[in-house]
Amino acid sequence: MTAFDVVMQQIVNGLVLGSFYALVALGYTMIFGVIKLLNFAHGDLYMVGGFVGFLVLSAISGITGGGWTGVAISMFLSMIAVGCLGVVIERVAYHPMLRAPRLSILITALAVSLVLQNTVLSITHGQYTAFGADFGFGGVNLGNVFITYNQMILVGIAAFLMIGLEVFVSRTQYGRAMRAVAIDKDMCQLMGINVSGVIAVTFLIGSALAAAAGTLAGAYYGSVWYFMGFLIGLKAFTAAVIGGIGSIPGAMLGGLILGFLEAFGTQLPGIGSEWKDVFSFAVLILVLVFKPTGLLGKSEQERM
Amino acid sequence: MTSNSNGAVPTHGLGPFLQDARLRWVVAIAILAFLVVAPMIFGSYITVILTNALLYVVLCLGLNIVVGYAGLLDLGYAAFFAVGAYTIGVLTIQFGFNFWVAFPFAVLAAVLAGVIIGGPTLRLRSDYLAIVTLGFGEIVRFSARNLEITGRASGISGIQDPSLFGWQIRTQTDYYYVFVVLAIIAVIASFRLANSRLGRAWLYVRHDEDAAEAMGINRVQVKLAAYVIGAIFGAVGGAFFAANLGAISPESFSFEQSVLVLMAVILGGMGKIPGVILGAFIIILGPELLRDLGEFRLLVFAVGLLLIMLFRPSGIWPGRRGA
Amino acid sequence: MADNQLLALSGVTLAFAGNTVLDDVNFSIPRDAIVSLIGPNGAGKTSLFNSITGFYKPQGGSVRFDGQELLKLKPHQVTASGIARTFQNVRLFREMTVLENVMSGMHCRTKSGALAAVLRLPSQQREEAEIRAFSEECLAFVGIADEANREATTLAYGHQRRVEIARALATKPKLLLLDEPAAGLNSGEKVALTELIARIRNELGISVLLIEHDMGLVMKISERISVLDHGKMIAEGTAKDIQNDPKVIEAYLGQDDGEGQS
Ligand SMILES: Nc1ncnc2c1ncn2[C@@H]1O[C@H](COP(=O)(O)OP(=O)(O)OP(=O)(O)O)[C@@H](O)[C@H]1O
Ligand SMILES: [Mg+2]
Repeated sequence: MTAFDVVMQQIVNGLVLGSFYALVALGYTMIFGVIKLLNFAHGDLYMVGGFVGFLVLSAISGITGGGWTGVAISMFLSMIAVGCLGVVIERVAYHPMLRAPRLSILITALAVSLVLQNTVLSITHGQYTAFGADFGFGGVNLGNVFITYNQMILVGIAAFLMIGLEVFVSRTQYGRAMRAVAIDKDMCQLMGINVSGVIAVTFLIGSALAAAAGTLAGAYYGSVWYFMGFLIGLKAFTAAVIGGIGSIPGAMLGGLILGFLEAFGTQLPGIGSEWKDVFSFAVLILVLVFKPTGLLGKSEQERM
Repeated sequence: MTSNSNGAVPTHGLGPFLQDARLRWVVAIAILAFLVVAPMIFGSYITVILTNALLYVVLCLGLNIVVGYAGLLDLGYAAFFAVGAYTIGVLTIQFGFNFWVAFPFAVLAAVLAGVIIGGPTLRLRSDYLAIVTLGFGEIVRFSARNLEITGRASGISGIQDPSLFGWQIRTQTDYYYVFVVLAIIAVIASFRLANSRLGRAWLYVRHDEDAAEAMGINRVQVKLAAYVIGAIFGAVGGAFFAANLGAISPESFSFEQSVLVLMAVILGGMGKIPGVILGAFIIILGPELLRDLGEFRLLVFAVGLLLIMLFRPSGIWPGRRGA
Repeated sequence: MADNQLLALSGVTLAFAGNTVLDDVNFSIPRDAIVSLIGPNGAGKTSLFNSITGFYKPQGGSVRFDGQELLKLKPHQVTASGIARTFQNVRLFREMTVLENVMSGMHCRTKSGALAAVLRLPSQQREEAEIRAFSEECLAFVGIADEANREATTLAYGHQRRVEIARALATKPKLLLLDEPAAGLNSGEKVALTELIARIRNELGISVLLIEHDMGLVMKISERISVLDHGKMIAEGTAKDIQNDPKVIEAYLGQDDGEGQS
């Protein structure tokens, strides 16, 4: 392989990884935007999304087969189910806490995360569950670089979802309300915007995107696991911080950048692929030290 | 000026019914007496469990300074526990240090790690610390599992028992008493810190960072102090944990470990020393009483944590924090 | 600008996302003076306080205090250099007693650390006693010594404001910034507040800068008055100068809530 091939290969790897990170980071950043909460349970919604996708696919694969049609339907249903779960979590656990000290709501989010993780742990006995997607491994050759159709479809679906989100946020009433709530909740309340409703929609969409990523990851990597949301939660946070937490385009950009950084970082001498998690953590620390507002985030003077 | 200095300021870190100094002594002596005779009454099995609970008391009191006093969420506390244990392991096994020579290095390593992680992060919104510590916890465990010097996945074994002024610490009961002493030191240190200039500063910063700054308190420095002191408690616990078991491996320092310590603190009552001690005992003894729970153990704790946060965020120990 | 100026702002400019809140503000406070800053709602008075005390970072200008440039300092460093403040909306530490609230002010004047506390060194014990004694003194000075052990946030509003003042005094300032200290007080309490402010200057030798909407109080107590409107200093002078300044009258007439007419 030439250096060029290596670069091409890593661009593809980075795109795939980055798509997952971006989808999860979007929910992270949207939820942070409206209620200023680092939702630790977000990675676990990705995990639950993977499991729901698995269940749906198992049920329908007799009819649809395990190919992309089945996976797409599973993903869609998983998005609806987990989106609703996200709304329920917000109503039951976070809503009563919105005026409590920040520490309380953070710990509550951790508790929700642990409940989700351990519920799935108890059901699956901590085992990996084979996902059962069954698609070919065809693809195209670009020189020495082989790109599978799966990779293309996956990146395509992720791009489709992100474009949809962008349209929703910039073109619709709810999207505008969401941005307004992110800036000043109390003012929105005074102006008659249904703030609770906006928060609910944000959780619905954020959780649904995580579920989409979870299902796609299950299909792509072939299995799901109760702990699969833990690391990606951390990475998605990193991606959101790179892009500027609270910024939706920032989350997409941050996800892709982190994907590329990991793909290329692991090619550096001395950083084998087993160190890639350490690598992205180091990136997080560096960003926090040197540019805590991220690439697209605005530094904002908190009101006194 | 009016000076009514007869114990008027409430004592921080206790619940309401331990405010009376005399009652406090009675309770303290009763508990001490129990701890001294416990190994003679109970068998060795219970002694081991109690030793573990006392280790948890040290860890929980350390985390309590970070979470309970300074109001910072640390999700990677096990990392400091690991730093303490591995420093002892590496220095005694790979470099042939005596335990007591290695011990100050264990503390120093924790201080360094605390400053490296906390220094940049604590300048930002407090909640960033939670996620950075989460990452840090994973990195430490991951490094332990992948580095030659820490023995990779199998860890380090054969750590020598230390001796103290000619007393060779060896049996389970010996270690039990060592941990009794450590727990007592941790309680006294926590109590004194809570009722000091620094301890009050933690509460000020937790309640209102801006007002605290306006009063001339350097919030970054004060939070960093809490984080580093918490780290020291963790490292001390880890050092003696390593000596006690004689063998350590990465899996003792997992995310689950961090979460259990945190649960104990929140369950008992953040910022309330007796509550935190109670929490440590519940987390360790609870599973012993509910043995058949198996895989459901953590789920039970997680649901408990959620219910506590929703219905009684000040924990089971009576009284509000600090009162 | 001679040395008799305790605080001198020149060309201070502050903007949030393109919205200019302070526009080239020049302003000074002589030593040993009581000075008021007035202006309609939203004029930028509190923002000026926040810029002096380091909470807001103005884009330009300088703030010199007692020969030292403050603009690059953090809020706690500003306090340590000798400026204390209260907040427009009272911000006491919840769940803590009045005395403990006041003790916070002594933090920057003392230095015992963690080790001294754990070992209960004699120096630390001495310092603790000192912190308490001085805090009690401050409480007595503002006249609420008998409430020292109550939970601060349970006090009557007027007394909470006094706790804030005592807490600021405990930092041993040279200059005290009060943000609308009379807001929400009844007329008797306002008289007492006026006296307290005079005593702070006369007995403690601390200069006072006051933001206040109550013109009666302002006219009575201030040696100089500055008027801020839409981020600009539009007038400066004695009570009489200000009362007759057409620009000031116009600024206040532009406002419709009737506050500000003396
Ligand atoms: N952190 C901030 N971010 C954005 N805008 C701000 C911020 N702080 C203040 N402002 C704006 O600056 C302007 C001046 O506000 P400021 O609070 O200084 O006025 P003020 O003179 O103290 O008014 P009042 O008499 O009502 O207290 C207002 O328009 C306010 O909205
Ligand atoms: Mg104001």
